[in-house]
Order: sequence, then C-alpha cells, then structure tokens
Amino acid sequence: MKKVVLLIYLVTLTALSGIMLISCGESEQQDSSRFSNQRASGNPGNVTSLSDFELEHGIGPIKQIMELTSLDNNLAKEGEKIFDSKCAACHKLDDRYVGPPQRDVLERRTPEFVMNMMLNPEENYQKHPEIKKLLGEYLTQMPNQNLSVQDARAVLEYFRKVKDEK
Amino acid sequence: MKKLFQKKYIFAFLIALSFAVFYFGCDQSKHTLTGDAASQVYIAPGTYDEFYAFMSGGFSGQLTVYGLPSGRKFKVISVFSQNPETGWGYSEETKDMLNTSYGFAPWDDAHHPQLSKTDGIADGRFVFINGNNTPRIAKIDLKEFETTEIIELPNSGGNHASPFVTENTEYIVASTRFSVPIPQADIPISSYKENFAGSISFVKLDPATEKMNVEFQIIVPGFNYDLARAGKGPSKDWAFFTSYNTEQAHTLLEINASRNDKDFIAAVNWKLAEKYLNEGKAKTMQAEYFRNYMDKKTHSAVSEKNTQVKVLYPEDCPGMIYYLPTPKSPHGVDVDPSGEYIVAGGKLASVIPIHSFSKMIKAIEDKQFDGEIDGIPILKYDAVIAGEVENPGLGPLHTEFDDNGFAYTSAFISSEIVKWKLGTWEVVDRTPAYYSIGHLMIPGGDTKKPFGKYVVALNKITKDRYLPTGPELTHSAQLIDISGDKMKLLLDFPTAGEPHYAQAIRANLIMEKAIKFYRIEDNHHPHSIKGEKESKVVREGNVVRVYMSSIRSHFSPDNIEGIKVGDVVYFHLTNLEQDWDIPHGFAIKGMNNGEILVMPGVTRTIKWEPKKPGIYPFYCTDFCSALHQEMSGYVRVSPAGSDVKLSYSLGE
Repeated sequence: MKKVVLLIYLVTLTALSGIMLISCGESEQQDSSRFSNQRASGNPGNVTSLSDFELEHGIGPIKQIMELTSLDNNLAKEGEKIFDSKCAACHKLDDRYVGPPQRDVLERRTPEFVMNMMLNPEENYQKHPEIKKLLGEYLTQMPNQNLSVQDARAVLEYFRKVKDEK
Repeated sequence: MKKLFQKKYIFAFLIALSFAVFYFGCDQSKHTLTGDAASQVYIAPGTYDEFYAFMSGGFSGQLTVYGLPSGRKFKVISVFSQNPETGWGYSEETKDMLNTSYGFAPWDDAHHPQLSKTDGIADGRFVFINGNNTPRIAKIDLKEFETTEIIELPNSGGNHASPFVTENTEYIVASTRFSVPIPQADIPISSYKENFAGSISFVKLDPATEKMNVEFQIIVPGFNYDLARAGKGPSKDWAFFTSYNTEQAHTLLEINASRNDKDFIAAVNWKLAEKYLNEGKAKTMQAEYFRNYMDKKTHSAVSEKNTQVKVLYPEDCPGMIYYLPTPKSPHGVDVDPSGEYIVAGGKLASVIPIHSFSKMIKAIEDKQFDGEIDGIPILKYDAVIAGEVENPGLGPLHTEFDDNGFAYTSAFISSEIVKWKLGTWEVVDRTPAYYSIGHLMIPGGDTKKPFGKYVVALNKITKDRYLPTGPELTHSAQLIDISGDKMKLLLDFPTAGEPHYAQAIRANLIMEKAIKFYRIEDNHHPHSIKGEKESKVVREGNVVRVYMSSIRSHFSPDNIEGIKVGDVVYFHLTNLEQDWDIPHGFAIKGMNNGEILVMPGVTRTIKWEPKKPGIYPFYCTDFCSALHQEMSGYVRVSPAGSDVKLSYSLGE
C-alpha cells in the first residue's frame, strides 16, 4: 500500500510539473510578441573585449583618428563657454576637483579619447580599463551632459588652447 | 482501519504538496490557474505597455498616468492642486499657475481628461482636464507631461461638462453645471427662475501659438448642464450638451429636479456661432478671469487677467442652438465613431435613447418644433430619435464605442457594463463592475477610430476588493477584455484620487516625442546661472538671492553665512545636468513650504524666511548618485542686526 501511495504521488508530481513548465513557457512566449519588445536602453555590466583603437582612443562615436589643423580661436572660445556651463562644476584646469584637472588632459589622452569620453561616459566607465581605474581614484562618475559632437569638438579645441597657455 | 486512515492523510498531504509546488512554481503574476487573464496583463520587467492611460485624479485635482494593460502607475501630473513632492504651486515659478479671480486656488476637482484630436483621432499633443469647482481648464503638454496652461472660465457656476474637444481641437467646450446670475449679483436664491442662467463656453486653441482663449460664450436658460461631446464626421460642426434640472429647482434637487419626464440635450452649431461672432452679433460683457501659462523660455508661470468676454444670446442667433428632448435627467452624451448617433445616458430612464444626427438636421429643416425656450427651438422627440436600447441596466451613465459597431454603456445602479449593437439597439452582453461604475473608457472610444481591445471601468465604490485600509478605500479601475464576443475581466488596479474619467492612446504616439531634459542654453530664467562660476549670493535690502547650481553631487555654493533673521531668502536653483532622469531636489531644515524638484536644465526658486538664528543644513532630496548623501550644505543664520558679513563658498 505504501508503495502505491508513493507511486501515485510521484506520477501526480511529474504530471503537474509538466503542466507548470508548459504553462509558464506559454505565457512567456505571448509576452515576447507584445509591444514590450522595445526594451529600455542601457546594458549594464556587459563586458566585451575592446579593439586596439578603443583601448587607445576610448569607446564612442569617434572611430578614427581626427585631422587636427592649426588652432581655431573662435571654436576654442565656443568651447570655453560650453566647458564653463556644463563641465566646470566638476573640473578645474589646474587642480584636482570632483574630477581630474583638464589643462594637461591632452598629454594624458588622445584627442579622440577626450571626445569619446565626453560623448559616451557611461560605456567607458563600464568597459574601458583606464576609465575604470579613474573611477577608483575619483569615486564619482562623470555624468553624460549630452554634448553634440560639435560641442565636444569645441571643448577639445578649448583644451588645445589652454594646454599651450601653461 | 486506523492505519488506512493515516495513509489517506499521507496521500492527501502529498497531493496538497504537489499543488503547492505547482502553484508557487510559476511566477504568481503569470500563473494560469485562473485562465489566461494574468498573461494578458503581464508586461515583463523592462518592457513597455501598449497604451498610455490618463486618469483624472477627481478630488485630488491631479492627473495620473498609467500603462495599459498592466495598470502600472507612472506619474502623477500636478494640475490644480499644490504638490509638495515637486514644489508645484509652492515654487515661485509655478505658484502663479493657480491664480484665479478668487485669488490663489490651490485645489480643484479634476474630472474629464481629454486628448487633443486631429481629424477626430487622438493626436498625442495635449491632454486637457477640467477644474470643476473653481471653473478652469488645464492643458498638459505631452512632450513634457507637465501642465503648461490653465484658463479660468467666467460666467460659470461649476465646470463639469468640460473639456471636450472638436474634431481638430479648434475648440475646447465647457458648460456650467450650476446656473448662477450672469453677471453675478447679490440677489435672493429664491429668485432662481427669474435671474439665474447657464453658459456654454467655447475655448479656442490657437493653432499657431497653442494658446487657449475664451473665444465666446452662449448664454442659455438656467438649467444644470452636465456633460458634453463635440460631433465628428457629418456632425463635426456641432457640439452636444446634456442638461438636467429643467425644473429650475434651487433646493432639494434630488426630488425637485427629477420631476420632468424629459430634460434636454442642447445641440450647438459652433460653426454658425463662430460666424455670428465674426458678424458682430456678440455682446461684450465685463468679466474677470485669469489665464496662466508656463513661459517656455523661463519655465515660469505668467498670469494674465482678462476683463471682458464675448457672449451670444440664442434669440439673436437663429439656427445656432436647439433642444433635443431626452428622458429623465440625462447625464452622459456620447457620439459614435461615425458621427451619426448621439447617445444619452438618462440616469433615471428605463431606456437608452439614441438621437440621429441626420434626422435632427431634417427635423430642423422641416421645423418639427414643439415650442421654444428663450429663443431655443425644442425639436420633437419622435422626429430626432433613432432608437432606444431596452433593458439597458439601471442608471445608464456613459457610453464608449469599439471598432466593430458596438457600444458599451456603464450602468451605475446595477453596477455593470452593457454591450449593445448600434443600429439594432439590442443588448448582446453584460458584465458586472465592482462596484458602482461611473465613466468607462475604451482607448480611442470617443474618437473616429477606437481600439476595441479593452474597456476600463472607473468605479466609485471599492468595498471588499482590496485589503482594507480603514474607512477610506482606494478607488478602483478594472480592465476588461472586449476583443471577443463576451467581455472578460482581466485586472483590478487601484488609482490615485477618484479616477473619474480617463483617456488612452497608443504609446508610440507619445513616447517618441517625449523630451528627456531641457537644454540649459534655452533657459532664459532671469535668475538662472549657466555654470557654477556664476553661482553667487546677492543681498538686496532684506531680500537675499542665492544663485545656486546643482550637478552630481554638489551644490554651489554649499556654505552660506550672513543671513539674518527677518531676511527673505530666495534659493534660485539651476540644475546644470543635461542627462535624462537626473532631477535634483532641494530642501532646507524648517522650511514652511514644499521641496523643489528641479529638472535638468531648469531653474526653480523656493522662498525661505528663517525665524531663529542657528545653522541650517540643506540637501538634495532626489537620490541622484553614489555620493547623493554628500550632496548637502549649510546656511548660517544670525540674529537681526548682526554684523556677520554675507559670504558664500564651495570647497574652501
């Protein structure tokens, strides 16, 4: 008798587990066909290997070496305005502040890296070994200030200008 | 025997255990024991709902945004009520939005959200909502999900039948629930019949400036005008308004306003009214009312006081307005997607009467009148009626439509939704609502193109549907599947305030246009700063202005000294962030108003009048970063007459 009971139990459990698996699976299938396929953006913690270019020049929209000609003073002036409004709350030119000093940034990073960091900070914080180290040192993440490529280019020109003014 | 008994117990226990495994093995929200209702409303984490639903907050005075089919709450949009959570109505920039001719009015009763329409279809630009108590209409911009304009209605005793839009949002219509003397007068209430009147307002939305203006009003007999809808398609030049209390009672309306066998739906030809206005038929009346709007450049409210309004009288304007007799104190009036049928919810009637627009036009041409009231011809009931729905449930109130020729009427007293067929008027299905349903809503169900997938029941009474929370219970909405022949209840969900009426629209019509932050370059607030360098503290007599900036994770300045008891301090906080979802909040110890929640790129100001000397910490209230707890500062307050010099600093 005991064996019969146990057998009935096992059969019932198996059958119910089967139903459970099927019913769970079905509802998930239905869900994936919903409007809900448009996922929210963001992909935290996804570590992929970086290309040599990315290691040297950062991750972002700048994917090749830029051609930099002689200093454009008007563009640098424009860049100074943007820097004062959107960056200076955390960066000084010569002193460590919330973030690192910026006068000598082009001695530490390539122009492309500076651009990519301004334009795509989140991904660099997640994936780039140098920027991860930076986070360890400064303990605060640089916010994305949603600069356009032109804005970032102007700020770069400002950095080129102040570098020579030291 | 005893042994067998024990075995039975063991067996039963094992079976019960199996069911428990089965039951808890699946995610509770997805399990299929109750059919597939759960999967129909389940939106997986990180994925989006199909519809935005805008539900009025009723007596909360606000508007709440939900997702459908999940019933998840996304946001409370502050409209007519002060909201200390955001600073709405407390901050210097927003408090003027609540100005009225009666002074600052920090609360209202918000009933009917209404999406703007293009060609009779919701276009996702704006949602309008009425203030019932102190008559107002608010406009919410759906790029921002913020209230950007509130206009007061003069000559109105209560703005219930509002704000319903015409086919291309040319006008937002409103009529007065309570009749009052127009213009207002200090007279006996008992002189109601001689001296009280109603008004129907046409608020124009300027297509270029998007500004609202009370273009004209029609002065009508002193009944209670209850609800409204504008026509569409063939009836697009018309708007319809129900009335009750044609008895003109001024006391115990419960009995005295329910005597007449029929009351009226007022049909207004607004195109003709507009023509009469342009021909100079309107009289100019003195009337004080406010229009408040958020200036886009400064993100600050501007209050304008108006002193005149144009009014039209039916007797001067033949053909502009007719009365359609309608049984027993009609409440809702709803126009079907074709624009031909005008459905009345006679809340005390035993049938749902449906008027025909084409028959109405013919009856007007044939002069099928049954007398007139104050220059308004009364059409013959038999000449305009298209049909009656028999046995529609007790207390029919409102009707919405699907895209398959069916209408859905809420019945308050019998607490149900009744589905019936347009044309044959036969009831085909009914489903209970828990409990006492008022309005109901089908996404697009008041437009030319309904999405007949769901109906949402908006219930007045909740009773035993949720865990009890004392005498006051949440109001509730219920999502019902209407895609098949039989209506099927899918979900109950609680709402904020009273979900009086709602509107829904496909999410993709709005989400792509929604802005993520305000550009700091476009901030022209007179006290804004464009960078931390510009932060400063300035004394002007006993007024001290703090020009403060915020960015993750500090304020500038964060140490301020030299404030004295008796000073009036304004914190003008500019949020320098230019990133999505990064507002900063600001609060200082002992403040007597609300916090300010400042969106990226915006400047907000909160007034502070410290009363005692001491050190006052301030801090960021909206968790913003890993170093959010560090985002704080101090203000030193000295006694009046102290010689502590005004100074401010950051990082020194």
